[in-house]
Amino acid sequence: MAFKVVLVIIYLFIVAYLGYRGWRGTLTAADYMIAGREAHPYIMAMSYGATFISTSAIIGFGGAASLFGMGILWLTWMNIFLGIFIAFAIFGKRTRKLGHVLDAHTFPELLGRRYQSTFIQGFSGIVIFLFMPIYAAAVLIGMSRFIEVYLHVPYTVALLAFSLFMAIYVIWGGLKGVMYTDAFQGTIMLIMMIILIVYTYLLAGGVIPAHQYLTDMAHLVPEHLAKLGHRGWTNMPRFGSPFWWVLISTIICGVGIGVLAQPQLVVRFMTVRRDWELNRALPIGGVFILAMTGIAFTVGSLTNVIFYKAFGEISITVAEGNIDKVIPLYIGKLMPNWFATLFLLAMLAASMSTLSSQYHVGGTSLGRDVFEKGIGGKWIKHGEGTIFVTRLGIVMSILLCIIFSLIFSPGIIAVATAIFFGLCGATFLPSFLFGLYWKGMTRAGAITSVLGGFIVSMTWMGFFHAKEAHAVGIAQYLFGKSTLASFPWTVIDAQFIALPISFLLAIVVSLCSKKLPDKHIEKCWKYL
Amino acid sequence: MFGISGWGCWLAYLFCILSAILCVIYGIAMWNKGLEEGDEAEVKKWAKGERKIEEQF
Repeated sequence: MAFKVVLVIIYLFIVAYLGYRGWRGTLTAADYMIAGREAHPYIMAMSYGATFISTSAIIGFGGAASLFGMGILWLTWMNIFLGIFIAFAIFGKRTRKLGHVLDAHTFPELLGRRYQSTFIQGFSGIVIFLFMPIYAAAVLIGMSRFIEVYLHVPYTVALLAFSLFMAIYVIWGGLKGVMYTDAFQGTIMLIMMIILIVYTYLLAGGVIPAHQYLTDMAHLVPEHLAKLGHRGWTNMPRFGSPFWWVLISTIICGVGIGVLAQPQLVVRFMTVRRDWELNRALPIGGVFILAMTGIAFTVGSLTNVIFYKAFGEISITVAEGNIDKVIPLYIGKLMPNWFATLFLLAMLAASMSTLSSQYHVGGTSLGRDVFEKGIGGKWIKHGEGTIFVTRLGIVMSILLCIIFSLIFSPGIIAVATAIFFGLCGATFLPSFLFGLYWKGMTRAGAITSVLGGFIVSMTWMGFFHAKEAHAVGIAQYLFGKSTLASFPWTVIDAQFIALPISFLLAIVVSLCSKKLPDKHIEKCWKYL
Repeated sequence: MFGISGWGCWLAYLFCILSAILCVIYGIAMWNKGLEEGDEAEVKKWAKGERKIEEQF
């Protein structure tokens, strides 16, 4: 125990030291840019990666992999191909240029200024402020589950203690996005995940024998899962089955597509001075994501082999039905003590870097986007009260996150993450992409697309998609049944329905409505 | 392939590695591209605004 405590204290001292240096010196991305210099591409890539990857990806989706099997690796492919390659090489460069020309500092501000609409900025700010805590809760639950299992602390105590720790970190300057801190946290995560995959393959008897063993375990799939479409951990679920729809529409596409419109990631592109930083950060980012989600999902699947060899049971049985506990149990029960302690630091790093950026976005969404520039913009002078509202937004984000974490049911991490990613995709993606590429996209088109994507998503989740509709209970209250749809609609994710509608609305309404002034479009396209 | 029975799964495993390799190849090919400084004035203005926001935290 003393060893664990000493390591955690050393880690926290390093984070505090890097934070202090960043506070005293010129180490945030803006400082580099003011000085006319670039941060090292490794720092940029790690900073982006550490914000992207959290305990949600490693513990939540790693746990989901123990249930769904290796088919979930399609999400890793989307994370690398869409979330890194397309995001950096194509969208990132234009986002950077457009953000600078329009002097936009938040994602809602980028959309609002592109379409000259304070409504879009304000509405987007409200959506992000209210729903980001769902994703933050997924990250917080991941960390709390690890503490619960590894340190044998009750879940609620772990959750409240870690939330208090995060609040202190945030007050101490953790929101400033000091790039060295993020890079340090990303590096710890990278090293630990590489050790994790090497050790796991060694435990399971080598790369191909491990996969083969998992293949040969297909007969151990519980009957109730087989009925839902599960065909073993090295096979995709049966086409069109409930399991297939959840894996494809919620887990893979929900997160895989939604990543392109993540507010906390889009703003990272604006912290880059020139395109060459993105060019050089891209390979580092690609390898980093492979090492994070690729390893987490492979290890998650292979925990079945190792648990079966050790205890004669598959992962979901060992975890008593809570997939969020699979990775913590695997690390705590089957990994050497030294590794488990270091992995605790990696999870601390993963959750701190993501949560701080989520709280940052929550605060600026309420303070800058809703209060100062959006809905309150007509009455409020620049800067007046914004700092107070921003800080209030951060406190409310933290509190909402804790409340969600306490009320969410077990095994929720992957689904909660997918809800936020899917909602962002359906609400913002068409306006964001057309804003970068289509001069003909109008303000009315953008407003309709944003509102349409959001309303369809909410309606689908509230009345049709069984998992959320059952949890929300509004359909039950109004119509006496938990969902108004029947299979397969009850298992098709909201983004699958809402995103095409949002795209369609953007195109049709833009073709029929008044164009934005030529001068404004010229300004937007000055460097595009 | 790789001891993974379903083609949907081994293809995913393979594509993950290939897409990471694609990122590396792109990075090498574009290593010295994108050095233009056309929008320097806007970049500095943006960075000063960002610094002000950071000070609020």
